[in-house]
Amino acid sequence: MAKSSLQRSKHLLADPKQQLQVLSSGPFSSGALPTFSDRLKGLNVELKTDKLEILQVNLGYMCNQTCAHCHVDAGPDRKEIMSSDTIDQVIDAIGRFRPNTLDLTGGAPEMNPEFQRLIRAAVSLSVKDIIVRSNLTILESNNDYKNYPQFFKENGVHVVSSLPHYSMRTTDRQRGEGVFSKSITALKRLNELGYGREKHLKLDLVYNPSGAFLPGSEKELEADFKRKLKADFDIDFNELFCITNLPISRFLEYLMATENYEEYMETLVEAFNPSTLYGLMCRNTLSVGYDGSLYDCDFNQMLQIPILGDKRYLADLESSAYSNRKINVHQHCYGCTAGSGSSCQGSIS
Amino acid sequence: MSETYYDPKDLKNFKKITDWSEPLGTRFFEYYSKVFEEGALSAREKSLIALAVSHVVKCPYCIDAYTKDGLQRGITEEEMMEAVHAGAAIESGATLVHAVQMMNKHKKLSH
Repeated sequence: MAKSSLQRSKHLLADPKQQLQVLSSGPFSSGALPTFSDRLKGLNVELKTDKLEILQVNLGYMCNQTCAHCHVDAGPDRKEIMSSDTIDQVIDAIGRFRPNTLDLTGGAPEMNPEFQRLIRAAVSLSVKDIIVRSNLTILESNNDYKNYPQFFKENGVHVVSSLPHYSMRTTDRQRGEGVFSKSITALKRLNELGYGREKHLKLDLVYNPSGAFLPGSEKELEADFKRKLKADFDIDFNELFCITNLPISRFLEYLMATENYEEYMETLVEAFNPSTLYGLMCRNTLSVGYDGSLYDCDFNQMLQIPILGDKRYLADLESSAYSNRKINVHQHCYGCTAGSGSSCQGSIS
Repeated sequence: MSETYYDPKDLKNFKKITDWSEPLGTRFFEYYSKVFEEGALSAREKSLIALAVSHVVKCPYCIDAYTKDGLQRGITEEEMMEAVHAGAAIESGATLVHAVQMMNKHKKLSH
């Protein structure tokens, strides 16, 4: 677990420009490794958006945890939060864009005071899949949040929860002491409400590697998670999403501090799998920042790489302007194209 | 900078052994990948066996490779260490069982 956010500790890598500088130099400036853009050119591929299916909204960087590899650099010391006016713009955009999925993330999205209002509005606008990316411990943090699982159930919210491992040691090392036990308590409560057990109450878990290595087979890890969580805690869940750690923010800082950066980038580049390009999440997702700014994905948002074009805020973008827009790429994109690929819904191929 | 006989980067060049003997090298790698497929034993179990053997044969390349492989498979630290102990126990047992030979010889030569 990190002691504080990079921003709070005034770390150089708190600045996205510095992160991009790192990602542009070293093996990529020397030519030892091809840039992502060159790799696409070599394949004669230009990544473009297809049809908007997922509106992914970051409700703020505030979080009750300070996880070691957080790509958002979230934590209790982050004050950026989506305002009520911007929530209105999101609700308006749901009506305009009619996405199949509303994917709420953070920080801890539950910590935004407008969180419940946004979900109720999405329900009334008949969004098919309303996802909340919950860190689980927030649901155990105080009496107000303890009511949230019931609220999720009443609104048919799809819960996607981070759990890096079924062992306490690995989970707590990455996410903080006591996180595993609280997460298990929250998962049991979600199970008791029917999550992960009843067909319409989906509970998925997210696994990300606890270090400088790629995730293994999603199918095999899912089977291990299901077997262990059932045997040890009688916990059920639907799917396990394996997500590759992208070399940005706190994970980039970790790679640099442990001298793993170059080897990790080599691993990502060598594992580049062209077949993942067609299933990349940036092709059907629009990522919205806490201030209403627009990005091709959550990672571009954290690197402050905006969408291309002159309409860079949600309030300005018309639904017709989404499709066939060129996607802004950089070296971190190798994280989504390595091996079986990676997206917020897990492996791609 | 000090030089050592082992360079971690050499592992990436392992496949180049086929350059000097293509049929033998190719057959070895085909055999190797077949061995580690799911079979009567799971790929996960085979990874732990490989980790234990890596320590017994004291191959630094193999230790790096199968530690990483174990991490990717979600194998825990406890499982990895127990596998190494299983290998170490056989290795030390193999040494100690020779003490019977020592005792036999001692008995024969002394009175």
